[in-house]
Amino acid sequence: MNRLLTYTVLLGMLGLAGCELPPQEVKQVGYRGVGMEDIQSPERQAELMAANQPPEVLPPAPAAGPLASEVYQNVEVLGDLHVPQFTRLMNAITAWVSPEEGCAYCHNLNNLASDEVYTKVVSRRMIQMTQYINSEAKAHVGDTGVTCYTCHRGKNVPDYIWFALEDKTADKVIGKMYGQNMPAEATRLASLPADPFTGQLEEPGLLRVASDSAFPGSNDKDVKDLEKIYALMMHFSGSLGVNCGYCHNTRAFSNWEQSPPYRATAWHGLQMVRTLNADYLTPLQPVYPDYRLGPDFGDAPKGNCETCHQGVNKPLYGAAMAQDYPSLQSP
Amino acid sequence: MSMLSFERKYRVRGGTLIGGDLFDFWVGPFYVGFFGVTTIFFTLLGTTLIIYGAAQGPTWNLWQINIAPPDLSYGLALAPLLEGGLWQLITFCAIGAFVSWALREVEISRKLGIGLHVPFAFGFAILAYVTLVVFRPVLLGAWGHGFPYGILSHLDWVSNIGYQYLHFHYNPAHMIAVTFFFTTTLALSLHGALILSASNPGEGKPVKTPEHEDTFFRDAIGYSIGALGIHRLGLFLALASGFWAAVCIIISGPFWTRGWPEWWSWWLELPIWA
Repeated sequence: MNRLLTYTVLLGMLGLAGCELPPQEVKQVGYRGVGMEDIQSPERQAELMAANQPPEVLPPAPAAGPLASEVYQNVEVLGDLHVPQFTRLMNAITAWVSPEEGCAYCHNLNNLASDEVYTKVVSRRMIQMTQYINSEAKAHVGDTGVTCYTCHRGKNVPDYIWFALEDKTADKVIGKMYGQNMPAEATRLASLPADPFTGQLEEPGLLRVASDSAFPGSNDKDVKDLEKIYALMMHFSGSLGVNCGYCHNTRAFSNWEQSPPYRATAWHGLQMVRTLNADYLTPLQPVYPDYRLGPDFGDAPKGNCETCHQGVNKPLYGAAMAQDYPSLQSP
Repeated sequence: MSMLSFERKYRVRGGTLIGGDLFDFWVGPFYVGFFGVTTIFFTLLGTTLIIYGAAQGPTWNLWQINIAPPDLSYGLALAPLLEGGLWQLITFCAIGAFVSWALREVEISRKLGIGLHVPFAFGFAILAYVTLVVFRPVLLGAWGHGFPYGILSHLDWVSNIGYQYLHFHYNPAHMIAVTFFFTTTLALSLHGALILSASNPGEGKPVKTPEHEDTFFRDAIGYSIGALGIHRLGLFLALASGFWAAVCIIISGPFWTRGWPEWWSWWLELPIWA
């Protein structure tokens, strides 16, 4: 009997070893009793909080002196800044993107105006992209806005980017598995299509699988289409550190009237990411050296929710970094 | 009162849990007892409160009547009647009625001098319910984590709680519970079919014995668990279903806040293939 007790206690401890212990933090999202709740573990929150802090803001520079376009050559996007402001922004970008390599990561130090380093061409486009986000995608980013740091976090290439994946499950004896049974970070290890991004985050458009009629023949989508969307939604949840109930009342996923308001923000985010991938990131493909391209198809690195959010519902916990860099606000 | 000729000799007094002979009598075929009275009390009170709650609600549609628990902001405190207080009282009555019923089963078992297997089994159903509306809410810090009392509303709760963990089928205890539920139905259907086949051999032929039943399964799968054993197995399977169902919901939230698929990362990280 004692031995049985010992084994039971040991097994119980083993079972709890992989768990998060109570108490947890829970916020009610929907009407009482329907189970729409945002549930977070404080330990995990502390880790995320530490990992998602904004960097220090550089002291503001005076709007004085000549314009950058008058002093420097080949300044296409920031020419209307005064030289002190221009220098401040260059310093900030260096701290955000290439703190170790410094200016040389993008510039030929003997000729700063030269476009010969590919990263200079890319960063010019990235500055335009940042300006587009802050001015045209306010429905998603609000007045908080983004800077290079929102994605880069002090690294040359943001941690969370995606490439198109070849479906390696295609040749199995039991037939095509549509990318399933390959636990992928993108789907938070669920057996759902391992590449939910290709075809769903590339072009502006809508994700629709729910039927609007109870009768057959009214919906040309099938289960595979649904699974692809489910996979993308797993990515949404994981990237933001929230569950399905944060944006949906799961009794009727597609119904907007029953959805929490965050769903509208997420919808605009989806449209934004697709536009960024289509208009800014994919067209840069010829500019990159081979080692920056996708392993399976040689495609350009692209963005998804996690690129900015990195596990938090508001990137950097909503720190309004962008307001300190007005030149990134609009073209 | 209709009573079989031999039934009277089993109607023995005594064996009550609280001592004395308070309510130690029968009404028709029903044993009353102290816990029969408390069962009736809690049942009538709880049902009346449900009807009162429905009357205060927007609909008499049976599918849509909803008695919801309080907002999470009330924590583990009492809430106003129409903002979850009714749910709290009804929960109290439900537990009172269920536990009273189990204790009445204990008293009947004691009178008959049989084991306590029946109240023990019913206890697992109570455990599952109390896990949902007491243990888990207490661990999460608010009565609002209980499920709402309503035909459709409790299904909405099930759906949303499932999607709180992104894909509930990856919950390991849910997997075990579902497996036990299906195995219970398999065992019961095999057992039921076997008993009916042995007792219906065909017009004019004698009913067959347990030896025939054992031989059927020895011929079919090489082993028969036996006439008593199948009932032990059935009880175990059924109770394990309820037990693991309770485990699968109590770990969802108090002991895990992320998607269940992610819990399985330990499997992918095993040194065998990682």
